Amino acid sequence: MSEEKKDLGQEILKEINKGPLKTENKKPFLGKAAIPLLAIITGLIIGALMIAITSQSVYAAFGESIGKGFSTAFAEIGTAYKALFSGAIGDPIRMIEAVRLGDAKEIRQAFNPFLESLVQATPYIFAGLAVALGFRSGLFNIGVEGQLFIGAACATFAGYAVTGLPAWIHMPLAFLAGALGGALWGFVPGILKAKTGGHEVINTIMMNWIAFRLTEWLLSGPMTRPGSGGMPLSPIIQKTAEIPQFFQSPIRFHLGFFIALAVAYLIWWLLFKTTWGLNLRTVGTNPRAARYAGLSTTRSIVVAMSLSGALAGMAGAVQVLAVNRSMALGLSSGYGYDSIALALIGNNHPVGVVLASLLFGTLRNGATRMMVVSSIPIDIVDVIQAIILMFVAAPAIIRSVYHLRKPKQEEQQLFLSGWGGQS
Amino acid sequence: MTANSQRIEHKHVAEISSTRKIATGIVEILIGLLIFFVFAAKTTGEVLTKFVMTPGGIDQGKMADWILPSKITLIVLAVLSLVIGIYQLIKGFGKWTNLMVGICALCLIFGFLVWQAAGKQLNLAGMLSSAVLLAVPLTLGAFSGILAERSGIVNISIEGMMLMSSMVAAIVGSVTKSPWLGLLGGIASSVILALILGVLSIKYKVVQTISGTVINIFSAGMTAFISQKFLQHIEGLNNPKLFTRIPLPGLADIPLLGPILFNQNIFVYLMFVILIVLQLALFQTRWGLRLRSVGEHPKAADTLGINVIRTRYMGVILSGLVAGIAGAFFTLGSVGRFDEGMTAGKGFIGLAAMIFGNWMPIGAIGAGMLFGFADAIGSKLSLLGSAIPPQFMAMAPYLITMIVLAGFIGKGQAPAAEGEPYEKE
Repeated sequence: MSEEKKDLGQEILKEINKGPLKTENKKPFLGKAAIPLLAIITGLIIGALMIAITSQSVYAAFGESIGKGFSTAFAEIGTAYKALFSGAIGDPIRMIEAVRLGDAKEIRQAFNPFLESLVQATPYIFAGLAVALGFRSGLFNIGVEGQLFIGAACATFAGYAVTGLPAWIHMPLAFLAGALGGALWGFVPGILKAKTGGHEVINTIMMNWIAFRLTEWLLSGPMTRPGSGGMPLSPIIQKTAEIPQFFQSPIRFHLGFFIALAVAYLIWWLLFKTTWGLNLRTVGTNPRAARYAGLSTTRSIVVAMSLSGALAGMAGAVQVLAVNRSMALGLSSGYGYDSIALALIGNNHPVGVVLASLLFGTLRNGATRMMVVSSIPIDIVDVIQAIILMFVAAPAIIRSVYHLRKPKQEEQQLFLSGWGGQS
Repeated sequence: MTANSQRIEHKHVAEISSTRKIATGIVEILIGLLIFFVFAAKTTGEVLTKFVMTPGGIDQGKMADWILPSKITLIVLAVLSLVIGIYQLIKGFGKWTNLMVGICALCLIFGFLVWQAAGKQLNLAGMLSSAVLLAVPLTLGAFSGILAERSGIVNISIEGMMLMSSMVAAIVGSVTKSPWLGLLGGIASSVILALILGVLSIKYKVVQTISGTVINIFSAGMTAFISQKFLQHIEGLNNPKLFTRIPLPGLADIPLLGPILFNQNIFVYLMFVILIVLQLALFQTRWGLRLRSVGEHPKAADTLGINVIRTRYMGVILSGLVAGIAGAFFTLGSVGRFDEGMTAGKGFIGLAAMIFGNWMPIGAIGAGMLFGFADAIGSKLSLLGSAIPPQFMAMAPYLITMIVLAGFIGKGQAPAAEGEPYEKE
């Protein structure tokens, strides 16, 4: 293709993207955030209803009188959500007291719930970016969970098998090994989609299950910890491969959180400040125009899927290198699936993804405490997340519930192809 | 009317391209060489393989054991595959190509078993019988997928529907002490989820794979929540009565086939009934033509006066119904209690079986049986002390699906309008 023609293509692209980009910038922040915020609130309300409905003491109280029933229900919900809050953020009184006294150890401990929420949010940031990057380029990467497992396995292997390196080489090396493993796992469905039209949704789901079986075999076979008795568990990684934690145990806050923020910035820059990002987004929102402008959809699909996989791999790597220090099958509490919801809540924008990740990390961390205090299974978080995802994906429901006006401008819809192969 | 349905069907018979002709020939020859140089070469001359031909614990339809000379059997299988492969390379089998690939695959599997069980004995009938049972959720899952996708709705939430149904079936079955009511309860829960999928995908035009993901996450969370909150503490909620074996009079006495196909529980029979009904309804009735036309070209269907929206809701709800039966199988037809995440990705393999079976009921049951068989081999191999890890056998369905999807075994024909919301103009 000649230079001149390519330039013309770029011009057309800029023309196409001019209109919607400007109006998007003018939209007030609250307007953009209204749907996700209301979705989150509605999700929490439905979670509260679930707590009340499944509580036996509430039924007992309703048996006595309706008023007592309601007050018990509210008390139950109050205790549960208070535990959720204090487990996620910390006890405000204790925090203030600790700062006033100036006792360093007490301060750390008082702030630990908050720091732990950041720890929980870290893999979400990577995984959410992976899904968001896919959506931005018109691909539904539902295979983040599998890419995460392969990334974690690669990072673990590089972490324990390589010895004798200084930490400043070994740690990045292990982290990059994880990214590379994830990238490979994303590359395969990418190239299959680009070359044969095999739909990425099916292929990434299949790759997920292959990844689970593969890591199960690796951890109980070639990569097993000596003396683990056939349990699927890897050896502990070398000290030099560890991503450092900032404080003493039990505070697990680590450097990985800041790496995640840096990567989020990098992805934002790539997507919104480079020609490459513009091309990618055009392929994602308007593939026909992109082809008209002479863009290679093949290359953009392969690159986007590989990069998405690499981000997912980083999520796995950071969990192994910074938190667990070895790999077991319970590595992920469904980060890959949750990240679909949080990418959509964050409007597939890196800033939105980081904010949504903080929310999800906080929820999951708080739910652990809620389980201890009110014996409410942690899986309630999944239900709440599913409901939030539903409302974010179908804003019309939220609008009719809260009597919001319909936006004047048609919302920008995700463009995802059907899997008949034609796009 | 019949002329029309004929035309749509004909679209599925794709021409065999020359690259595919050569590629399949090479694969078939490779299978032959593998059997010859790996399986046969590693087997010593006089060793026998003994296949037991009656499943354990059944006394109807007994059959004598098969005792095969391992090495000679393997050589015969290798030569058969080689001959098929060479003929394929030179002349090609035309429309019989896929059948020949299937025969070579059977040679490979059978050869593999002969090799692994050389000098030992293997209950082949028991393995086939458990393969049929393992195929039930996969095949029903595939049928569920076909119903939704033929109407133009992608349903990746079969897994979630199955999981929810398996739990509700266990609870209702335990409380009422009736497996039938349990089955109904399971189906009802799955249909409700299907209705949500339908409303999200059809009314609110949410990207269908995302609405499916909503259902999957919701089901996984909800079942785990209820299981931990109630089922683990209250034993009476989680011990449903199982559907028992019902030997079909006459048929159950047929040697080999009787015990495998006609002495099973109600779910196996349901699978065959649904197969026949679905295959006939889709391709021989007005109803089926309408359903397919909505999935292929909704605008044309609308112009002809077919209610696209209503037809799609019907497709999705029927899909939920079948997925509900598949889910109830886990608790009422197989295990007898609900465990968290017990569907273990079977819904996704069902989806894979649907694609492998080219969106046809008859193909789906073939694929389901194949995947079920792979599963049965996997669990048997570890008992035989094989060097091949069971995890690799478990990967087979996923790998096969990706290969099929990539068009290496002939490109499937998905309904054309699948995944696109319909907007009336």
